[in-house]
Amino acid sequence: MSHVIPPVSAQAMLMQGNEACAQAALDVGMRFFAGYPITPSTEIAEALAERLPKVGGTFIQMEDEIASIGAILGASLAGRKSMTATSGPGFSLMQELIGLGCLCEIPCVIVNVQRGGPSTGLPTAPAQGDIMQARWGTHGDHPIVVLSPSSVTEMYELTVAAFNIAEALRNPVILLPDEIIAHMREKIQIPETIKIVDRLKPDQPPEKYKPYAIKEGELVPRLANFGEGYRFNVTSLIHDETGFPSGSPQVTETLLKRLMQKVESSRKEITFVESRDLEDARVVLFSCGSTVRSMKEAAREARQKGLKVGWIKTGTVWPFPDEVFQNLPPNVKTVLVCEMNLGMLVHEVRRSAPDRIRVESVAIANGCFITPQEIVSGIETVYEGGR
Amino acid sequence: MAVADIQKYLRSNRLPHIWCPGCGNGIVLGGVLRGVDKLQLDPNKVVVVSGIGCSSRSAGYVDFNTLHTAHGRAIPFATGVKLARPDLTVIVITGDGDLAAIGGNHFIHAARRNMDLTVVVFNNSTYGMTSGQYSPLTPAGAIAATAPYGNLERAFDMGRLAEAAGATYVARSTTFHALQIPDLIVAAIQNKGFSLVEVIAGCPVYYGRMNKMSAPADMLKWQKENAVSVQQAGNMTPEQLKGKHIIGELFRRQAPEYTEEYGKLIQRFTQEKSRVS
Amino acid sequence: MENLSKDSLKKNPEFPKDRLEICISGSGGQGILLAGIVLAKAALREGKNATQTQSYGPESRGGASRCEVVISRGEIDYPKIMKIDLLLALTQEALQKQLPNLRQDGSTIYDSVFVKEPPPGLKNFLAVPFTQIAIEKFQNVLVANMVALGALVGISHVVSRETVKTTLLSSVRQNFQEINLKALQRGFEEADRYLAEKEKK
Repeated sequence: MSHVIPPVSAQAMLMQGNEACAQAALDVGMRFFAGYPITPSTEIAEALAERLPKVGGTFIQMEDEIASIGAILGASLAGRKSMTATSGPGFSLMQELIGLGCLCEIPCVIVNVQRGGPSTGLPTAPAQGDIMQARWGTHGDHPIVVLSPSSVTEMYELTVAAFNIAEALRNPVILLPDEIIAHMREKIQIPETIKIVDRLKPDQPPEKYKPYAIKEGELVPRLANFGEGYRFNVTSLIHDETGFPSGSPQVTETLLKRLMQKVESSRKEITFVESRDLEDARVVLFSCGSTVRSMKEAAREARQKGLKVGWIKTGTVWPFPDEVFQNLPPNVKTVLVCEMNLGMLVHEVRRSAPDRIRVESVAIANGCFITPQEIVSGIETVYEGGR
Repeated sequence: MAVADIQKYLRSNRLPHIWCPGCGNGIVLGGVLRGVDKLQLDPNKVVVVSGIGCSSRSAGYVDFNTLHTAHGRAIPFATGVKLARPDLTVIVITGDGDLAAIGGNHFIHAARRNMDLTVVVFNNSTYGMTSGQYSPLTPAGAIAATAPYGNLERAFDMGRLAEAAGATYVARSTTFHALQIPDLIVAAIQNKGFSLVEVIAGCPVYYGRMNKMSAPADMLKWQKENAVSVQQAGNMTPEQLKGKHIIGELFRRQAPEYTEEYGKLIQRFTQEKSRVS
Repeated sequence: MENLSKDSLKKNPEFPKDRLEICISGSGGQGILLAGIVLAKAALREGKNATQTQSYGPESRGGASRCEVVISRGEIDYPKIMKIDLLLALTQEALQKQLPNLRQDGSTIYDSVFVKEPPPGLKNFLAVPFTQIAIEKFQNVLVANMVALGALVGISHVVSRETVKTTLLSSVRQNFQEINLKALQRGFEEADRYLAEKEKK
């Protein structure tokens, strides 16, 4: 079920990334936020504490991040589009219940504004060290969608997308900006209209209803909201289509495979990738998040120096866009992965790129925003004088 | 007659339950259902949220909107449900480990907010599902799988903890005093705010066996002998009350309830808007 | 101060896509962030692009604080400063810390109340006792940032004075608008005086 609405304010303005996230969440119909203060995500909570009651929504500051995600999962089951926002240490605390959200198929959006880690790390400094945690942080096989904005406008667009994907797939979606994008102010043009997807409601009467049963040709169950006449059970145990616990190997396998399939089968719709100058590039840069900004600047400088350099940026970190690397043109010799960690995305590129392609990385983890100069010198190192 | 009263609230196709013979959980759950029945609540408007542990399996057996969450986290989920739908009656079913240990922080904060939840803690003095380790409600000196030489820790008094944290209704009973439970549940649900009902329940298989009460009847006798009514307790010295469980309605007060307060906030903006337009 | 007295965006061919990088630096609580935001908003108002970023420590008051504004007619990819074109320093520490990153032909404006020892050989600079003006003229130390912003805009023409005034009005609460506007105006006057002296020479 989807419809198109004009958001509250369609105009060009200077906006902070975190503000754009809050604005987008409100525009897409988010009406429940629970969170715990943590730098550099707090502006999201502050904006929503002010604005949610004005639109009949609910904001609550919980006692910790575990409680925050617990509350949004509960609110989502009661029918509200729900969100929480945090940063590294809080994201670590949320991991168990992210898994619950995946297994119980509860739509929600978790914003993790990445800062320097591990542990308390560098609270006000940028980093991209949560790439793997966002994918594998909770225990057990599970599906996840992770989006990474590289501008304030994308913070808005990908927040909208995150809710739409969460609702369509009935799965938690993680928005994974970094401190730079979250705190940066720049021009944003809020679109005239946005597409909004709402979770499907059951088309069976309560007496025939099985909450986790799948209709032919579909992969996503039609869960009812609590309090609407369908008295069903949700459990964090492996369960069958009736929603009750099951230890059956067949039930377990069918469930886990369907959960993964939900996301896999939607790859096309949920992959946001952009590229430039691949047709003659010898070296292709790859990045996500704020690193994209330095990467583009570096690519321009490299071209000015006569180096044939192109770039790929991804807004979708997970599922990883394997197909992009499988289909690189033959002129591409090297992919240079740029990231603000000691090498995470680079492993995914190595896994997905064909053997003929050399995969190297500019991996910076020093609490500073990666610079175009660092990337340019990386390009010069791998270019091998092939002008 | 008692059986007929609550049968309709049970998902009979989910029975038999997983609880051991002699377990007190069924008695507590029966008391909860009788309380709900007395109030004639619409089952479609009742949500039961539980954590992880023996007692938390209750959620699967009762025919309401039910949510069996993660260990210790029933109260945050219940908070989310209640805030999203303040019109629903939200009952939390939890155990002593689930509530007082891993969920302890959520417990005191929900009490502090006076969130309109009814929390029923099935206190069997042990972690039954993991085979008898000591919990924050295991009496000092008692033997447990992880306290083979006797429990060195002191137990929480959940009632006084709830009271200090800001709860507005607190009661305690035992499975021996089963007939008392429904009325305490009624009062707890009727209280607009955070209510705690603790029911001391027997776990003869673990707690009982390790503490010379391996027959279910031994556990009931222990509950009977150590229970003191609120009225009796008033005439007893602290010395005399040592090791005793005070049962009945322990505490009640008036305080602003969170969802109502938030509702007023929303109302304020709705009114402002209608004035403007 | 050659490059300060012209429309830097138009005249400096060195910047890729006419990019101008401004650093406002000082101590937490001096209103650095607001000055940067107003500047960036004003640039948008004139149809330019702008990014504003900041670096800060755990302190809300005191501690080094830096606000970076990049203004360009084209798209801005790298949103932070690579080399400072225009430095506004409100403390001695800030000046010393940021100077190494100043472009060779870059310009500096500093608060002479806090900068007691300007580095020898500093070129293209304007020194104004912003804090003193704020206290003596407006009995409010908090508006020193707007006096400084007025001087920065007045001299650099990075945005027009009218635009920054309009932007300021939409950025502060009503009961603070008048005093902030007057402070900004006072900054323009400092710029005018400087430009007039320059003219004479």
